[in-house]
Amino acid sequence: MADRAQPVSARPGIGAAACIAALVLGTLAAVAWRAEPGGGLSAADWAAVRFTLLQATLSALFSVGLAIPVARALARRRFAGRSALIALLGVPFILPVIVAILGLLEVFGRAGLISQLLGLFGLDPIRIYGLHGVVLAHVFLNLPLATRLILQGWQEVPAERFRLAAQLGFDAPAMFRLIEWPLLRQVIPGALAVVFAICLTSFAVALTLGGGPKATTIELGIYQAFRFEFDLGRAALLSGLQILLATGAAMVAIRLAQGTGFGTGLDRSLRRWDGRTTLARTTDAVWIALAAAFLLLPLGAIVASGVPGFAGLPFVVWKAAGVSLLVATASTALLLLAALPMSAAIATGRHTAIELAGLLGLAASPLVIGTGLFILIRPIADPFLLALPVTALVNALMSLPFAMRILVPRARDIVERYGKLGLSLNMAHGPFLWRVFLPRMRAQIGFAAGLGMALSIGDLGVITLFADPDIATLPLQIYRLMGSYQMEAAAGGALLLLLLSVGTFWLLDKGGRHHAEI
Amino acid sequence: MLKFDDCTIDNGGFHLAADLSVYTGRIVAVIGPSGGGKTTLLEGVAGFLPLTSGEIYWNANPLSDTEPGKRPVAMLFQDGNLFPHLTAAQNVGLGIDPRLRLSTEDKTRIDAALTRVGLEGLGPRKPGALSGGQRARVALARLMVQHREIFLLDEPFAALGPALKAEMLDLVAELARESGATVLMVSHEPDDARRVADEVILVTDGKAHPPAATDRLFADPPEALRAYLGDA
Repeated sequence: MADRAQPVSARPGIGAAACIAALVLGTLAAVAWRAEPGGGLSAADWAAVRFTLLQATLSALFSVGLAIPVARALARRRFAGRSALIALLGVPFILPVIVAILGLLEVFGRAGLISQLLGLFGLDPIRIYGLHGVVLAHVFLNLPLATRLILQGWQEVPAERFRLAAQLGFDAPAMFRLIEWPLLRQVIPGALAVVFAICLTSFAVALTLGGGPKATTIELGIYQAFRFEFDLGRAALLSGLQILLATGAAMVAIRLAQGTGFGTGLDRSLRRWDGRTTLARTTDAVWIALAAAFLLLPLGAIVASGVPGFAGLPFVVWKAAGVSLLVATASTALLLLAALPMSAAIATGRHTAIELAGLLGLAASPLVIGTGLFILIRPIADPFLLALPVTALVNALMSLPFAMRILVPRARDIVERYGKLGLSLNMAHGPFLWRVFLPRMRAQIGFAAGLGMALSIGDLGVITLFADPDIATLPLQIYRLMGSYQMEAAAGGALLLLLLSVGTFWLLDKGGRHHAEI
Repeated sequence: MLKFDDCTIDNGGFHLAADLSVYTGRIVAVIGPSGGGKTTLLEGVAGFLPLTSGEIYWNANPLSDTEPGKRPVAMLFQDGNLFPHLTAAQNVGLGIDPRLRLSTEDKTRIDAALTRVGLEGLGPRKPGALSGGQRARVALARLMVQHREIFLLDEPFAALGPALKAEMLDLVAELARESGATVLMVSHEPDDARRVADEVILVTDGKAHPPAATDRLFADPPEALRAYLGDA
């Protein structure tokens, strides 16, 4: 029996998925080949493993623990600026990590806002470096995501149930036991697993706020082994360890997580009848205010401290910005070249293998792939010359899981709704692709491209492995400025980076949705 | 002649058996309870569903190995007959060239077809700016320019009001008579069949019965049809 006719071909998608699998598994094989299991793990390596797990666990617990009351307050209150605040919760996802860190330093650092306040009372300034700094930054970056994930769960409770609860006169404990707790029990494990997996492979935070024997993550250990000791065997061994942990965490997260946290409709407010006591109102108001301040203060501080340095930005910063735009554009093009055919292939049937290939970016760590590519490239070319293409490639791979989450549902919908019509009009393949599939995907393509662009512009990862002193992306340039205590230039660069990443995201997302028929 | 030669159409585990012929130029209503296999019958002809046995012939040519778009078939679906991001004229133009490379002559044909279905001057509009009835007319205009020998209608007018639906059915019948096309139209309403159909194929419990003349069939319904129609 012949295959059932399909309006779009699955072959390019299968090809793209095969390339990705080859890239990820090939670099893993290269790493495994270079690893020196004989040496075993040193005490410092074990410390890195322990620290990695500890910081990821604490980050997940704090992010999700704090997200619960915030999401609950957002779910049951309606107030001016509520939609804006919920939109703001999406920003840290595309916020360059280095910008977030500079903002956090402005508020929580030695010379930051809070330390100055403490100084007024004769107290010592707080110390942001080390475990608590790493956890603080991870909570800043992931609390919004956790809030959105939980909020999504809350929105999925049918309105009838709240009506019934009001009708039966549930008090707060009954409300919690019968509605909120069952809901939380469903969403919390997924949210914990997602944040844990993200923090496990996070690199830039550990690079800037961690370090030293007490606060080194595995990812940072790979970087140090590679960059300072040029011990490829040790880098490879740590990479192997990282793969095991990251794959395990990613598998748990994929199994447990239900939503993506960036779905639309989250600003829809529920009509609820509970939580009308003064106590409930006050707690909700306090949580919302705290969450808003926690998000807005560092962002505001970046803008405030960046403006003075902005006019006098050194040329290297502008040059780095140009490099970043170039890398991000190439990365986004690569991302779409892989994600679009893959989503089309998934839409035409059950191609589980392609879906798995799309998720590889979640399990693979950028530095591991970077290490593997270095090992593979070195015999044939100078890896340092390929710093930028490698960065673009790895960035595209890291954004792929998110792009797939955005593109696949729409692609499925298009093939389901218009596939037969297209086939009956003899539009199979080319005409369907150009006349139906791509035009109808435009909004999603814009969103995915914006996300890929912003993530790539802000990425401070694999570039640190490969870059020589003459070349830098903007995040790396800011990191170097911080390292040489040129804080004003760093702050100006951070403001530029913030504008670039949020601006390109906004432009692409808006451009995709402009005049798009639903 | 459209001939179902002892064939079985496979709809993901549900099987429909058909062994019957429809003469060229006939308008045939396909009626029966929902879930009985009406849509399966049409999608088998259109090429969306595979045959597990037998063959469907159009004028002695087997259809099985022909892609849906290359069959002598134009189909209207229950909904989603138009692409919302294309204009009415472009939607019609797809019936002439799926790549929309249209000559001036083609454009004249499109305008003529739109005028014929009562949509003169509405070519530049997108479906979102048209009423339900107007959208159905655009789909009919495309049916006209496609010049296919078989029309398959899977209740494309179900969402329209009774008067509008009757008007559309008359228009379909008119277009089919002009071009000599053979029509298979799914319907829930015996009245639709009485209105335009020469013959009726009854589809129940995974079996398509051979066509019977409409007036005779309703005058003396067999057991299976009586069960479907009820006592009314």
